[in-house]
Amino acid sequence: MTMTVHVDIVSAEKEIFSGLAEMVFAPAELGEVGITPRHAPLISRLKPGEVRVKVSDKESYPFYVSGGILEVQPHVVTILADTAIRAKDIDEAAALEAKHRAEEALADKSSKIDYATAQAQLLEAMMQLRTLDRLRKRGG
Amino acid sequence: MAVGKEIRTKIASIKNTQKITRAMEMVAASKMRKTKDRMQATRPYSQKIGRIIKHLAHANPEYKHSFLIKREVKRVGIIVISSDRGLCGGLNSNLFRKTLTQLSQWDKANIDVDVCTIGTKAAGFFGNLKTNMVGQVSKLGDTPHLQDIVGIIKIMLDAYEQGTIDELYVVYNEFVNTMTQRPTVEKLLPVVAEEIEEKLSGHWDYIYEPDAKEVLDHLLTRYIESIVYQGLVENNACEQAARMVAMKSASDNAGNLIGELQLVYNKARQAAITQEISEIVAGAAAV
Repeated sequence: MTMTVHVDIVSAEKEIFSGLAEMVFAPAELGEVGITPRHAPLISRLKPGEVRVKVSDKESYPFYVSGGILEVQPHVVTILADTAIRAKDIDEAAALEAKHRAEEALADKSSKIDYATAQAQLLEAMMQLRTLDRLRKRGG
Repeated sequence: MAVGKEIRTKIASIKNTQKITRAMEMVAASKMRKTKDRMQATRPYSQKIGRIIKHLAHANPEYKHSFLIKREVKRVGIIVISSDRGLCGGLNSNLFRKTLTQLSQWDKANIDVDVCTIGTKAAGFFGNLKTNMVGQVSKLGDTPHLQDIVGIIKIMLDAYEQGTIDELYVVYNEFVNTMTQRPTVEKLLPVVAEEIEEKLSGHWDYIYEPDAKEVLDHLLTRYIESIVYQGLVENNACEQAARMVAMKSASDNAGNLIGELQLVYNKARQAAITQEISEIVAGAAAV
């Protein structure tokens, strides 16, 4: 019997593959790697590219990943795939946008009606009315 | 007969409201199933990455990442995850109450707080408080993607790395079951690795490619992102569950109200008929 290693491929949004394989090929940052069972512990970043899981001589499954992390333990290979292509400048832009939105939300306070607050106030008023109603019923 | 016209219109309007709440209940029930599936789908990733972090804590890297080192706490960051819409019972108010107790504790200890919010409700609530809001995203819909929340996490991680904040927390509703949602405060930074169950023998370390710093940077960022994302999808499932329950009780209440009003209406109608008959009889007797 040939030796196998357990392979898990997951992304943050779903599980992609889980099972035994004879060999795994992955696009590590310093070049493509092929992992066989009992590989030394390794941890590496992945480039966008193809991950190939060889289950047997005849069967192998290709998956596309847009980057991620590869972790190798002697009997387990884990691939944490990113859900989208990530780059430093894209992350930076997203951060700036979120910040901008926060400032907008804070500045908006005076000019526009804040629906969430309005609703909270309405809810409070309704609760007051209800208690008043109950008091009135008890009294009369 | 013009008896109880007001009561009849009132009954009709309550019936209309009941139709709406019923429809919302059913929509929420079907959405809840989907959001629950999505919540389950994200579990493997957070489990796997958690396992790697545990392994890492037991490896012996030559490089200590700043995310793993405890510092004296002067300022903390907090990410609050709320829903975008209301009509979901006390879900958001319970969460905000929990957050406020936490905030007041920090206030007593003279610790400043930076707030990031996810969801319109939290943005509205914390926008009005005198908090230092540094980031905000909302309107992510029922299928949020990881990319949507990368921005605010980046703000917090940068602040942590620069030493502006010394701890990072996330607040969200934990999905216990359909009836119960528990507001939860979870510490993200510094990362505390739990005790490992499986024994990893002796002194060993990973081979890092390209190098330990780069890999750890990448891995820990993904780890934090996965926890926040998990919180987000869990909060989504909570929202639908809470809405379903709230709408069900609203429909039931409407039913009760209609019953009571119907009773009042029937009484009034009967009284009117009785009065009319007695008037006719009295008139006949007088003749």
